[in-house]
Amino acid sequence: MARAVSRNTRIGWTIAAWFVALLIFFPILYAIITSFKSEQEAIAGFDLIPSFTLESYREVQSQYNYFRPFMNSVIIAVGSTVLALLVAIPAAWAMAFSPTKRTKDILMWMLSTKMMPAVAVLVPIYLIFLRTGLLDTRTGLVIVLMLMNLPIVVWMLYTYFREIPGEILEAARMDGATLGQEIMHVLAPMAVPGIASTLLLNIILAWNEAFWTIQLTTTNAAPLSAFIASFSSPQGLFWAKLSAASTLAIAPILIMGWFSQKQLVRGLTFGAVK
Amino acid sequence: MGSITLKNVRKAFGDVEVIPGVDLEINNGEFVVFVGPSGCGKSTLLRLIAGLEDVTSGQIQIDGQDVTDAGPAKRGLAMVFQSYALYPHMSVRKNIAFPLKMAKMPEAEQEKRVSHAAKILNLDSYLDRKPGQLSGGQRQRVAIGRAIVREPSAFLFDEPLSNLDAALRVNMRVEISELHNSLKTTMIYVTHDQVEAMTMADKIVVLRAGNVEQVGSPMELYARPANRFVGGFIGSPNMNFLEGAAAAAHGAHAIGVRPEHWRLSTSEGDYPGTVGVAEHLGSDTFLHIDLDSGEHVIARAEGEFPVHHGDRIFLSAQEGRVYKFGKDGLAL
Amino acid sequence: MATRQTQSLARLMRAPAIVLLLIWMIVPLAMTLYYSFLNYNLLNPANTSWAGFFNYQYFYTDPAFWESIWNTLVLVVGVLAITVVGGILIAMLIDKPIFGQGIVRILVISPFFVMPPVAALIWKNMIMHPSYGVFADIAKFFGAQPVDWFAQYPLFSIILIVAWQWLPFATLILLTSLQSLDGEQMEAAEMDGAPALQRFIYLTLPHMARAITVVILIQTIFLLGVYAEILVTTNGGPGNASTNLTYLIYRAARLNFDIGGAAAGGIIAVVLANICAIFLMRAVGKNLD
Repeated sequence: MARAVSRNTRIGWTIAAWFVALLIFFPILYAIITSFKSEQEAIAGFDLIPSFTLESYREVQSQYNYFRPFMNSVIIAVGSTVLALLVAIPAAWAMAFSPTKRTKDILMWMLSTKMMPAVAVLVPIYLIFLRTGLLDTRTGLVIVLMLMNLPIVVWMLYTYFREIPGEILEAARMDGATLGQEIMHVLAPMAVPGIASTLLLNIILAWNEAFWTIQLTTTNAAPLSAFIASFSSPQGLFWAKLSAASTLAIAPILIMGWFSQKQLVRGLTFGAVK
Repeated sequence: MGSITLKNVRKAFGDVEVIPGVDLEINNGEFVVFVGPSGCGKSTLLRLIAGLEDVTSGQIQIDGQDVTDAGPAKRGLAMVFQSYALYPHMSVRKNIAFPLKMAKMPEAEQEKRVSHAAKILNLDSYLDRKPGQLSGGQRQRVAIGRAIVREPSAFLFDEPLSNLDAALRVNMRVEISELHNSLKTTMIYVTHDQVEAMTMADKIVVLRAGNVEQVGSPMELYARPANRFVGGFIGSPNMNFLEGAAAAAHGAHAIGVRPEHWRLSTSEGDYPGTVGVAEHLGSDTFLHIDLDSGEHVIARAEGEFPVHHGDRIFLSAQEGRVYKFGKDGLAL
Repeated sequence: MATRQTQSLARLMRAPAIVLLLIWMIVPLAMTLYYSFLNYNLLNPANTSWAGFFNYQYFYTDPAFWESIWNTLVLVVGVLAITVVGGILIAMLIDKPIFGQGIVRILVISPFFVMPPVAALIWKNMIMHPSYGVFADIAKFFGAQPVDWFAQYPLFSIILIVAWQWLPFATLILLTSLQSLDGEQMEAAEMDGAPALQRFIYLTLPHMARAITVVILIQTIFLLGVYAEILVTTNGGPGNASTNLTYLIYRAARLNFDIGGAAAGGIIAVVLANICAIFLMRAVGKNLD
């Protein structure tokens, strides 16, 4: 509602909103601050001003070889998302532009696979991985996360593709475009923003996944979520290092997340709220 | 060249028969309008000609060649869509040039044709804009431009003016008619608006429920409607229908009198009634009249006709202007 | 635009996604169902035998099972209550004409992008730790005895962490819904003399009803599967005080190597999730056309 309100009211609301926002953001902020503290400072009581040492960051790399889980995260998140897109783009395209009577049922069914609790298939997946040697491999996690997010990917793409008016594709056909040209010159340029948002949101989801990553990896293929979870006991006492590892783990995704707010709503509600 | 022949063309979506079987002859250079109420199958018929839908059975010929199984690109037709269907990511120039690019025409020739089309359509100064930056009328022109650069054997228009406001619609109507006069290419135009049909067409095809009700020139349809549906559909305001005793007097099941074919009198006439709403437009006066026999009719008087709500009025049909229809709706 | 050619092509394009998901859904689930009827322990695989309904019976009679069901319920309901009520309030606050709305939004949604293990460890060590956490610092500042959250209120502590993670999601969706509320409708109500609270109850809430439903249903699906937060904080303890169904099954499968038992638990989890899913599908399905 664009309405004129008095300046004082506006300042009042602003203060209240900022207070709440900072309160919610505080744990993240405090972790970032702590990551720039020394271990002694970190447990020396509440203090918002660190000594700005990079010691913890250095040690996270030298002691725990941080780079490996980081790369595992990148490969698993990007790999599973790209693979899902490769399968989902044609499917969503077909469902959006050549819908049949059963398209709606197929979409609902895809959604229903997402409702299956992961823990219900923990036993068979674990046993399959154990026997096929996929346990603690990036390939294995890429496969599982790709399948897990495939319904969301199809759905998001479907809702984006459906916003491309069918008449435009028909116009291209009338203009003499072959199917390939239709896709390359007309569909792709119009679909790219939707595909990009889908890519972004799914990298975020895959990056933060913390059930399968913990269950199916030990050291070799462990991405950041599994790596950080291993801090839960003894090493957890080294708070500055934990904070540094945490900051590194969440920073890239936090920034990506800020750019995908709108898509987040749409993707996670399967288009039910736009 | 652009003569199009439909031979017993049928279209069914699953069990639903949309077009039961249409035979139609469209001559080269004709402006043909498909008109009918929404859902009458006029757009489907156009899309069948375009090749965007498959016919269920029957044959479509363009210039004597069977194109029933040819894809839309192979038929040499151009289409202007209701939503204009411009490519939002391309500039106006690229939109217009797109069909030429698809035809792998040399760049120089493309450029020549695009600027020629832009000149005809007054788009010169907008060539580098994106469709999103244009007004509705300009978008419409770009869509037409994209169609004319191909020099197609026929143009197909699918309700092209329905997204424009009333004033612009009248302008574009005239522009499209002028375009047809200068290009002399076959045009097939779909609309639900009988005014567009009457003003633009050489030949009108009136459709109802997938059936061709009547084919003819606008004046033929106006003067000699084949049935009650065509009589009621062509002409504005609609034809008045009277049944019962009034019709029996003419030996028909129903008679139709157009609003402009009444003789009006305040003292005597065949059908007495009371004025309901009187719309005084200056050039015309439209009277909504409740007849004593219970029917509601509309009459148009030229110029000012000084009656008001509640006045008594008497109507008579002008000589030779009574349309008679049988029980089956066909003209007698 | 359905010509025969495009339709057969469409079928070909849909096939890979459908086939993959079909396999992903049917194969593991069928295996789970099969295992749930076996006496099968990874420590003693040679002794595998048919168990009938024993695994289910075992779960049913195990007090830990009922405790975990109860904990799952408390966790889901607790988090939902906090996030929905908090989300509505915060969404309305952000929707006000405030300075720096963009940044406020970014700060508020940030927790959603923090991976569960990191979120749980930050809260466990830096916020709720009985000696070094911020809560302890605050308690000491006021001269009170710091609380050992994870020992004294384990489930509540986990609810707090999970609610913090999901509050942004609820806020963002409710805000999106709030912003689509018709301003003229509000003004009409104001002209009709409805005070602010009435306008909220009769206009704002009904308008958000759909979004609230979606928030509740989607969160429920995810909240039933809360796992990492428990793993890195309480390990389900003390005792079973913070063990939910997911964690109980994980423990049976991975710590006790009881494949049959874990599979039976998995089937129960599927049944529970499906009850929620049915409602969700209805809400989403309505919006398809």
